[in-house]
Amino acid sequence: MNKNLKEQVLRSSGVNVLKCMRCGKCSGTCPSYDEMEYHPHQFVYMVEKGDIETLMNSKSLYKCLTCFACVDRCPRNVEPAKVVEAVRLAAVRMQDNNHLSPDQIPAMLDDELPQQAIVTALRKYAK
Amino acid sequence: MQRIGVFVCHCGTNIAATVDVKTVAETLGHEAGVVISQDYQYMCSESGQNLVKNAIKEHNLTGIVICSCSPRMHENTFRKAAAAAGLNPYLVEIANIREQCSWIHKDIATATDKAIILGRAAIAKVHLNAPLIAGESPVAKRALVIGGGIAGIQTALDIAEAGFDVDIVEKQPTIGGKMAQIDKTFPTLDCAACILTPKMVEASQNEHITIHSFSEVTDVKGFVGNFTVTIKKKARFVDETKCTGCGLCTEKCPMKKVPNEFNMGLDNRSAVYIPFAQAVPKVATIDPNYCMMLKTGKCGVCSKVCSVGAIDYKQQDRFIEEKYGAIVVATGFNPINLDKYDEFAYNQCPDVVTSLELERLMNAAGPNGGTLLRPSDKTHPHTIVFVQCVGSRCDDSKGKPYCSKICCMYTAKHAMLIREKYPDTEVYVFYIDVRTPGKNFDEFYRRAVEQYNVHYIKGMVGKVTPKSDGKIDVQASDLLANEQLHINADMVVLAAAIEPDKTARPLATMLTTQMDTNDFFTEAHPKLRPVESATAGIFLSGACQGPKDIPETVAQASAAAAKAIGLLCKNSITCNPCVAHSDELMCNGCSSCEKVCPYGAITYIDKEFRMPDRTTKVRRVASVNPAVCQGCGACTVACPSGAMDLNGFSNSQIMAEVDAICK
Amino acid sequence: METFTYYPGCTLRTKAKDLDVYARSSAQALGIKLEEPADWQCCGGAYTTAKDEIATKLSAVRTLNAAKELGRPLVTVCSACHNVIKQTNYDISNDEDMAAKVNNYLGLAEPYSGETTVYHYLELLRDVIGFDELAKKVTNPLKGKKIAAYYGCLLLRPSKAMAMDDPENPTIMENFIKAIGAEPVIYAQRNECCGGYITLEDKSQAAKRSNAVMNSAKDQGADMVITACPLCLYNLKKNSEVDLPVYYFTELLAEALGLKEASNE
Repeated sequence: MNKNLKEQVLRSSGVNVLKCMRCGKCSGTCPSYDEMEYHPHQFVYMVEKGDIETLMNSKSLYKCLTCFACVDRCPRNVEPAKVVEAVRLAAVRMQDNNHLSPDQIPAMLDDELPQQAIVTALRKYAK
Repeated sequence: MQRIGVFVCHCGTNIAATVDVKTVAETLGHEAGVVISQDYQYMCSESGQNLVKNAIKEHNLTGIVICSCSPRMHENTFRKAAAAAGLNPYLVEIANIREQCSWIHKDIATATDKAIILGRAAIAKVHLNAPLIAGESPVAKRALVIGGGIAGIQTALDIAEAGFDVDIVEKQPTIGGKMAQIDKTFPTLDCAACILTPKMVEASQNEHITIHSFSEVTDVKGFVGNFTVTIKKKARFVDETKCTGCGLCTEKCPMKKVPNEFNMGLDNRSAVYIPFAQAVPKVATIDPNYCMMLKTGKCGVCSKVCSVGAIDYKQQDRFIEEKYGAIVVATGFNPINLDKYDEFAYNQCPDVVTSLELERLMNAAGPNGGTLLRPSDKTHPHTIVFVQCVGSRCDDSKGKPYCSKICCMYTAKHAMLIREKYPDTEVYVFYIDVRTPGKNFDEFYRRAVEQYNVHYIKGMVGKVTPKSDGKIDVQASDLLANEQLHINADMVVLAAAIEPDKTARPLATMLTTQMDTNDFFTEAHPKLRPVESATAGIFLSGACQGPKDIPETVAQASAAAAKAIGLLCKNSITCNPCVAHSDELMCNGCSSCEKVCPYGAITYIDKEFRMPDRTTKVRRVASVNPAVCQGCGACTVACPSGAMDLNGFSNSQIMAEVDAICK
Repeated sequence: METFTYYPGCTLRTKAKDLDVYARSSAQALGIKLEEPADWQCCGGAYTTAKDEIATKLSAVRTLNAAKELGRPLVTVCSACHNVIKQTNYDISNDEDMAAKVNNYLGLAEPYSGETTVYHYLELLRDVIGFDELAKKVTNPLKGKKIAAYYGCLLLRPSKAMAMDDPENPTIMENFIKAIGAEPVIYAQRNECCGGYITLEDKSQAAKRSNAVMNSAKDQGADMVITACPLCLYNLKKNSEVDLPVYYFTELLAEALGLKEASNE
């Protein structure tokens, strides 16, 4: 349990993980569930336990689409996507820990791809 | 010269842990007029009361101040002790140093200072106390039960059994309520109608019970023992005294496309209708929203076919006024509206239903004659998914914060009944927690799992996608397997949260009773007075007070009846002598007090006054009926000339308290 | 003619010109003047919900403040821009700490604290013009067309901040479809994600989502899908195998108003 990291994630997300009643609706509604190693309800629970590093090292961080389905549908108003975002930021803010660098991008493009996708991905994947 | 005694209670550690009771007793002992000041561990105990009684006699006390818990707890105890020692009970004052002091403070010095200040205020007040004599008022020997579901029926039957007259007011055309719509009951799986309808018949046949169906309470005046209630008997366009309930009109009525509320809108009824076969009273009612005769003046079929001439298109709403000694509220519950939760596709797909709709789909008197068929295409469902806690246990921003309590059990019941009747059907139940406390309840749920192989999955449905082939994709989490499931279902059943009936809030206003933020009626004490409201003479029965199943509802209904009977047994009740009175010489006849009085206790009279010059003059002045006044004090605040005053809480006493606090 | 401050966003200048061109020509026909503020910047594409991320919120605040200084409501059309700007405005209005930090950075003449009203173009149609009025101005109704409205996630959620429509039972696009004379198709996946920016890294995940959306729409009998988001349009067209045309809602608006040809000249 890393107390400082936990506090950092709680502060950054603004989420009270103790409101969770472990119903699993976030994971029931998540469109990226199958792509994730740790699922939305596990993010909330693991942050509560202070097990942040495991999450920071998981590729699940980059699978959340930030579609806010879990945020809107959570019966307890826990807002799991905000927890995912706070952990992701904790990860990409570390030195040399960007998930995506600008020089990788040209290879990913096609003629029709709106730059909105690139800007968004850089927001999500890099500091 | 006043001789006042002060008694400071420790309440074990409840007070003594945060308030230095010795210092309080010693300090208050120096106040003017105080001749004795003592502290004791439990002042409410017999020995504590004896301490007070002995001090009254020994020191010939003229007033006492008890520094203890809220007067709601023990004011009566100490008033009785004072009376036993020969002191008028209204010369007792309570300083609340527990709820308003020790329980809310942590710092001993602060709490002790505050306790002393509260004690001083009470001493200042008791200096001005006058002995009061309580009067008596008669009790009307008749009870009113509002709501004719199982709660109201049981309460009425029990009150009638004791020999008192009781009226049931039910807003629907028949009594029976939600239980009449339920197919089977847990945990014994007996048919709901088989156990309910005998009670409905018993209620209609009991000479002490009058049923006002299709009626509503529109006004309540008066007070405990003496309520005057106005009941609106809504026009049903059928003469109740003539209709035999033969049902010919309902058969012949050409308007057959009215959503049938008894079957949750799953089929249609005619514009003139009898809700169900065992309805009580078995009388037809015309729905003015659909009746062609009432809407356009063209039709009149029902009138032509009625052999007893019961149809009356000109019938109007009628208002009747009755006197009651006691009122029991039994307004019940409804499932919530599910618009906010359309991730479950309730509004998109007819095969996504609520549990109450499923009751009708499975009931022999339901739309499919008791065969479970999908509403969309009338085929047998082979895979059914139950979703628990829809709108229950939510953050306030998302739904109801409470557990609806009945859903775990009725879902186990539904799952079991389906597996019993249609063994080729797979049944899944998504749950957050299975909550089945109660006699034979958990055993019941375990039977669903172990004997009937119902698939209980810990997790929640997150998205329901209806498909054009009639299947429904149910996307959900299975938390124990740590996977996301897609179930190709034929039907989805939502355990919608329950909420108090919408009529409850306006009724609470009429009755001057309290409700919680969820519109459930608040009981006088959550543990010790669970069926009484805080307003004397108003009792609570069934789900209007909180979510309840049938066994609990019936138990509470009988408890409420017992409380009402206890009141009706009395010929008179002791009135509160702390009532308002008007100083006629100061009253300017403005009517402000009359307008604010919630009990109708104030009237204006023309009175002759002798003037200083020996002439007489007739003036209009306020007069308070002490039997009706409840001592709320609204008039004393409203009175612009200061003529209104309250016994036991006079303006001068309150000012003396304020002065003592600000000193 | 009522004037609004209009924020097109960068994608509408490049890959999503259609969305922009038709929005402008239709607005003009409907008596609305759209005026771009000077020197607007990219909104950032995605709103960072983290409370300790301030710099990434500044460009949206600059846009909001520009509208405030012009004294007019702000209109957006791209779902992503709208989401970023609306969430920023919501947080600035409701989180004093964040507002203080943002204003410390920006050093504006007068601090910005959420004064600007933000409309999505659809809200402009519903709340300013009115769908009934719009229907009256339709010269070329899209009769017989069964259109599936695709909201995606950005227009509706988080509903607390977006406050555009009921997040589970939205009607704004369906009512728009009715106003232009076509028939709306309700399908469950209309408010589920298309895959969004994940297409950059993981085409298969984006394909899975886009197919789910398109299959659901087609399954319910849609002839076409409309969207307000360039990235949704891309995903639904490019990553899904379902053969169903996808348009910007503004294109159909222009068509119904009889402006489609003129707009492209």
